[in-house]
Amino acid sequence: MLEGPGQERQPAWLGIRKLRKTYGDVTAVDDVDIDVARGEFVTLLGESGSGKTTTLMMVAGFESATSGHVMLDGTDITTVPAHKRGLGVVFQGYALFPHMTVAENVAYPLRMRRVKKSEQQRLVGDALSQVHLGDYGDRFPRQLSGGQQQRVALARALVFNPPLLLMDEPLGALDRKLRQSMQREIRSLHRESGATILFVTHDQDEALDLSDRIAVMRNGKIVQFGSPEEIYDRPNCLFVASFIGETNIMPARAEGAGLAGGLMSVRMEDGSIAQTTAAEQVPAGAQVSIVIRPEKLTIRQVQSTEPPDGGGTSVTVVDCTFLGSDVRYLTHTADGHELVIRQPAGRMPIGIGETLHVNWEGSDALAFHE
Amino acid sequence: MAVTCVVAVFLLLPSLIVIPASLSSSPFLEFPPPGWSLKWYESFFSGTNWTSALLRSIQVAVMVTVLSVMLGTAAALGLARWRGNGSSIASGIMSMPLIVPVIIYAIGAFGMFSQTELYGGLAGLALAQTALALPFVIINVSGPLARFDRNQEKAARSLGATSLRSFLDVVLPHILPGVLAGALFAFLVSFNEVILAMFLTTPATQTLPVQMWSSIRLDINPTIAAAATLLVLVSSGVMLLSILLTKEEA
Repeated sequence: MLEGPGQERQPAWLGIRKLRKTYGDVTAVDDVDIDVARGEFVTLLGESGSGKTTTLMMVAGFESATSGHVMLDGTDITTVPAHKRGLGVVFQGYALFPHMTVAENVAYPLRMRRVKKSEQQRLVGDALSQVHLGDYGDRFPRQLSGGQQQRVALARALVFNPPLLLMDEPLGALDRKLRQSMQREIRSLHRESGATILFVTHDQDEALDLSDRIAVMRNGKIVQFGSPEEIYDRPNCLFVASFIGETNIMPARAEGAGLAGGLMSVRMEDGSIAQTTAAEQVPAGAQVSIVIRPEKLTIRQVQSTEPPDGGGTSVTVVDCTFLGSDVRYLTHTADGHELVIRQPAGRMPIGIGETLHVNWEGSDALAFHE
Repeated sequence: MAVTCVVAVFLLLPSLIVIPASLSSSPFLEFPPPGWSLKWYESFFSGTNWTSALLRSIQVAVMVTVLSVMLGTAAALGLARWRGNGSSIASGIMSMPLIVPVIIYAIGAFGMFSQTELYGGLAGLALAQTALALPFVIINVSGPLARFDRNQEKAARSLGATSLRSFLDVVLPHILPGVLAGALFAFLVSFNEVILAMFLTTPATQTLPVQMWSSIRLDINPTIAAAATLLVLVSSGVMLLSILLTKEEA
C-alpha cells in the first residue's frame, strides 16, 4: 500500500471531510480530513485528548458530528445511526458480552442480521478458527486470557464482513509481550482478510509497526498524515519529530537562508559549523532547532585534548545502556545539552567519561525554524 | 458476639412475639398464651374483611412494583448517562421521599387526590406509594449500572442492534439482579405502608395494615396477631429472596 508522492491514489473508500466536534467552547476535533483507500491500514496517533478517539467515534456513529462529513464507498453516512452503519468496531477493554459464550458473542451480529442458524454456525466456526480459537466456542469470556478475549472481539467484529474495521486502543490493556504477538496477528489478519482498518492508539511503536499510513493528531487537528517512513524520517514539525521515536533536538543558528528541503549550514552553540536539511523556509541568521535521530549519528573516539576537526561536535559519555541489538549512549555536549546516540552493539567498547566526536550527514538532520 | 445477640433479640423480639400470640387459644391478646390454637388464622381467612384487605394490599403492591421498576430503571439509566452537572440535583429530588416525613407527603397527596377520581381507589394509592418506592429501585439499579462497561452497549449497536435491542440483550442482563432487588423492596414498601394508605383509602378500599390499625382501635383480638404474623412472614420471605439475589451478583 505504499505509494510514492505524486502517484495516483485510488478513490477514497472512507472519506473524512472537514469533520468537526465541539462541546460548548471546547473543540475536540477540528476540521479533520482523512482519506482511507480500500484495504488500507490507517492509524490515528496522538496523546489522550488529541481528538483521535472522538474522530473514531464519529465514524462509528456513537458521536454526532458538529459539522463535516463521513463518506463510505461514496455514500454520506454522517447521520446514519450506528446500528445501520454495519462497521466492525473493536473497543478498548474488548466489550465482550459476559453472559454469552464466545460462540454466542461472535454470532450476535449474524443474529441481528437474521442469518440462518446453520449459516451462523458455519461463519462463527470460520471466524473463530481464523483467530485460532476454534475450540473455545462454549467458553465464557471470563474464562479466557486477555489476548484470547481480544481475539474473540476481533472475530466478532469481522464475522459479518464489514466494509470497515474500527479499532480503539485495542491492545492498551495487554502486557508488552502479548501486545507484540497481537500486533503480529492483527497484521496477518489485515493481510489475509483485506479489511480496511482505521486504528486508534497513543503508542507510536504500535502505529509504526502496523500502519500503512499514520495521521498524527494534536489538539483536535491532524499535524501530519503519511507513511510510517515519512513520519519518522521527514517529520513536518518539531512536535511530530519529538513525539515519534527518540530524537535529539539541538539549538543552532542558520548561517545562510534555507529553502525547504535544501541543504543549509548552521552554527551550533559550541561554534562548530554543521550541515542540515531545512525542513521549511529559513531566513538567514534565524534561530533553528536541529532534529536528528540517535541512530543517524556517527561517532569517533578521540582524546579529550584533540580539537574537533572538520565540523562536528565533541561530547562526553554520561551513561550507556545495553539494549540487545543496540547500545544507547547518553552524552553531554560541551555547552551542557543532552545528546542521545544509538549504535549497533559490539562495535567498540566505549566507557562512561570518554570523549566522542559526533558527526552526521546533512541529509539526516532537519532544521526547523522556530 | 454476646452483644450482637442481645441487640438482635432486642430488634427482633417485638416482631416475633406476635407469632406465639397468634397461636393463642385465648380470646384476648395475652402473653404467654394459655393454650395453643389455629382459630385466629381461621378467623383471618374466613372473615371477608381481612382477606379482601390482604388481596387489596397485594394488588396495590403489585401495581407499585411494576410502576416503580419501570420508572426507577428508566430514571437510573437516565442519571447514569447524564453528562451535565444536573444529575446530582435530579437524583437528590428523586430521593426526597426518603427524607420528607411520609405524613407531610400524605397530607399533600390527600389534598390533591381528594378533588379527583384518584381518591379512595387502589390506583391512586399505588401512584402515591410509587413515589416512596422509586428511590429503592433507583438505588438498587444504579449500583450495577455504575459497574457496567458502556462499551458493551456500543458494541451491540455497532453489531447491528437497535438501542432497545442492545438494552434488552446487553444492559438488562447486567442490571437484572439490581432490578429484581429493587422490585422486592418496592413490593415491601407498598405492602407494609400504612400512613399514605390511611389517608387515601376509604373503609371499602382499606389495605391490610390499615385494616389492622382500625381493628386495634375497635375490636382487639388475636386475629390481628395472625395478620401481623402473615405480614412478618411475607416481608421476611421477600427480604430473603433479595439477599439471595444480591449474593449471586457478588
